[in-house]
Amino acid sequence: MRPDTEAELAELVAGQNEPVRIVGGGTRGIGGPETAINTTGLSGITLYEPGALTLVAKAGTPVVEIEGALAAEGQQLAFEPMDHRGLLGVTGEPTIGGVVAANISGPRRIQAGACRDFLLGVRYVDGTGQVIKNGGRVMKNVTGYDLVKLMAGSWGTLGVLSEVSLKVLPKPEAMATIAIRVTDAMTAVRALSTALKSPYEVNGAVYDPKAGFAYLRAEGFSDSVAYRVGQLQAELSDVGEVAPVDASDDLWRAFRNVESFQGADGDVWRISVKPGDAPEIAARIEAEKTLFDWGGGLIWVLVPKGTDLRSRLGAFDGHATIVRADDETIERLGRFQPETAGVAALSKGLRQRFDPRGLFNPGLMG
Amino acid sequence: MEMPQPNPDVISRKSGVIARLQQVLPVGAVIHDEAETRAYECDALTAYKCAPMIAVLPSTTQEVSDVLRICHEEGVPVVPRGAGTSLAGGALPTADCVILGVARMNDVLEVDYDNRFIRVQTGRTNLSVTGAVEEEDFFYAPDPSSQLACAIAGNIAMNSGGAHCLKYGVTTNNLMGVTMVMMDGSVVEIGGAHLEAGGLDLLGVICGSEGQLGVVTEATLRILRKPEGARPVLMGFDDNEVAGQCVSDIIKSGILPVAIEFMDRLCIQSCENFAHAGYPDCEALLIVEVEGSEAEIDSQLAKIVEIARRHNPVELRESQSAEESARIWLGRKSAFGAMGQINDYMCLDGTIPVSSLPAVLRRIGELSKEYGLAVGNVFHAGDGNMHPLILFDANKPGDLEKCEAFGAEILKLCVDEGGCLTGEHGVGIEKRDLMSHQYTQQDLEAQMAVKDVFDPKWLLNPAKVFPLDASETRRVTRIAAE
Repeated sequence: MRPDTEAELAELVAGQNEPVRIVGGGTRGIGGPETAINTTGLSGITLYEPGALTLVAKAGTPVVEIEGALAAEGQQLAFEPMDHRGLLGVTGEPTIGGVVAANISGPRRIQAGACRDFLLGVRYVDGTGQVIKNGGRVMKNVTGYDLVKLMAGSWGTLGVLSEVSLKVLPKPEAMATIAIRVTDAMTAVRALSTALKSPYEVNGAVYDPKAGFAYLRAEGFSDSVAYRVGQLQAELSDVGEVAPVDASDDLWRAFRNVESFQGADGDVWRISVKPGDAPEIAARIEAEKTLFDWGGGLIWVLVPKGTDLRSRLGAFDGHATIVRADDETIERLGRFQPETAGVAALSKGLRQRFDPRGLFNPGLMG
Repeated sequence: MEMPQPNPDVISRKSGVIARLQQVLPVGAVIHDEAETRAYECDALTAYKCAPMIAVLPSTTQEVSDVLRICHEEGVPVVPRGAGTSLAGGALPTADCVILGVARMNDVLEVDYDNRFIRVQTGRTNLSVTGAVEEEDFFYAPDPSSQLACAIAGNIAMNSGGAHCLKYGVTTNNLMGVTMVMMDGSVVEIGGAHLEAGGLDLLGVICGSEGQLGVVTEATLRILRKPEGARPVLMGFDDNEVAGQCVSDIIKSGILPVAIEFMDRLCIQSCENFAHAGYPDCEALLIVEVEGSEAEIDSQLAKIVEIARRHNPVELRESQSAEESARIWLGRKSAFGAMGQINDYMCLDGTIPVSSLPAVLRRIGELSKEYGLAVGNVFHAGDGNMHPLILFDANKPGDLEKCEAFGAEILKLCVDEGGCLTGEHGVGIEKRDLMSHQYTQQDLEAQMAVKDVFDPKWLLNPAKVFPLDASETRRVTRIAAE
């Protein structure tokens, strides 16, 4: 089912009696019921005001179309959404609705904020077929409850997005990256932390254990970037050998899309932790591969198929999510970290109110 | 402003409720004497007053839990209160309610510079959060003008902003986790020192829910390293619209200043008299601030000044010293107080798309003439968050009503231009009845469904946010159920 308008979408949902999978480009690998509502018919940028840093687009608009329109005005989506296609081995055209529904953010999240922080407004169809709007297209808005944040990262379980409104930012004039040679995760995370604690506005902080380097990125006007990178090099010189890295665009795209895991067998998980806990947490799991983003706050993990990563982790402050595994593993372990009873009751209550017939992506989030 | 009738059944049980609260709270933490409860009769929206039945001042999460459990069992409405600085009546009591003040809960629980967060009890004031991390050159970014007095609890309830959120975002962008007590007394932990909470973004919907979903007693907040330096530049223009165009051009140029503030003639004069900041005598003033090293500041300001010159400013002056910068900001942050010295006023908080600034300012000027009430404009221009201050005489019969009608027209104008009723102050009671101008009944139903889940008896902060007729069924059902 592929509605062409929001009204058609609403009508379709109202008349729907069986559970459905909500699909944009189908590149995030969420699976679900056979029957799908495909949002790619709801496509197009409906408003773009570069001077107000705002863009409104229908949910099925391809991300590439939005990035193209922004680039033409020297602007960008600052939260740097990841492209899952390589990692998941899927084809399809990622949509902005999918990015929002999954709250997809890349390395710059550590400084600029996540997708949800740039989301100004939504329109969606709830489980009864009602069209609901929340938020708007202005940057400051506390009018009523913030359902905008609630919809971001709800993976289609609360409603089908029909339109999203985003804050965009100027594309920085220059970017520079430095690499610090490190031999262990503890040293690496400490070095990233030192940089993130500095006033030099680091907006990428990755540790790649395989390469044996921690990487830091600075962006902005070129003289400012040169100055800040210089200061960082000086501050980190006692940690290990520090040197500038060329081809930084490719490097950060590779980190963002976890290219180092592509093609490798096994399950992929992401673990959200307090950055300082990352080395110890990573040591617990004996992963085949790891990649630390967000200064250590996000650990990408590759483990043998079917591994119960959460039992290896034991109790910890944070959560572990399956990004790539077979259906049996996801069924057995659950894609998302189980919630405490109190929080689970709230989440369940919200799903029941927003989608009383349990139509949308049932079981995906609990 | 209509408020629901207090529930006589609840009031008749006052002494029993007091006795139960006294069992779980220390001596002096339960206030029920009429002379003393009057201290809680209003917040910073002083036009509306109503003394609560009881006020309590718990010191721990456990005490908050005990209070809420008792009130839940007794069917007593609870109005949470931070520092009482709401400009929207967000903490206005009802005569049958318990005010739950968090002012005694102001401890710092944990500071972690390596992981860049602080955990505090939410009665702590906004500025003293920064105070707790300043020795290491860190700060907490959201900076409402009331930051000296306002509490983190209220900041979370209203999702407060401030002058510097153009760069750093508002409360919701800097809140990492909460300990929250539900109306039934149960305690939930959401988020924490890790960057993203798993599951649904409950933190996102709690922030800005105006104390209607639960009482947040502890908060994990992101702290940031202070920039090496910051410097504002003052720009005076002889026309509001030209100033608005200059703002748009700066934003489009790729520079992202940390703040762009706007004041019109009336505000410039009263702030200047108050703070002696050296503001120029002109129609419109912009304060644009940038951050970084000295060289970075010089280079950014050079670009900004070049843009400003294209708009023929009547004044263009960079701050020459830290002391001068402090005065410039003191003037701006004192705007509400300075205006209050010359007149009674009502402060609005609508947001508009930046591109609509000239049109909206023009229309406000026309309305000002129609209503015969003067308006001062001071606002966060970079993000379109306006604060028109309508001057009126509280002692003149009918003036308040006229002022409210005028204010409602401005807010509707903001919505019609693609903006919203409130950018950072919250809906409270003040804008409650205008909600149906921005949202359909279905939109409001979706929001009220969230409250149904968190607070099924609708006891928390009654009669705020939603128009009374929209929430009536739920409130009446609640009372009937008792």
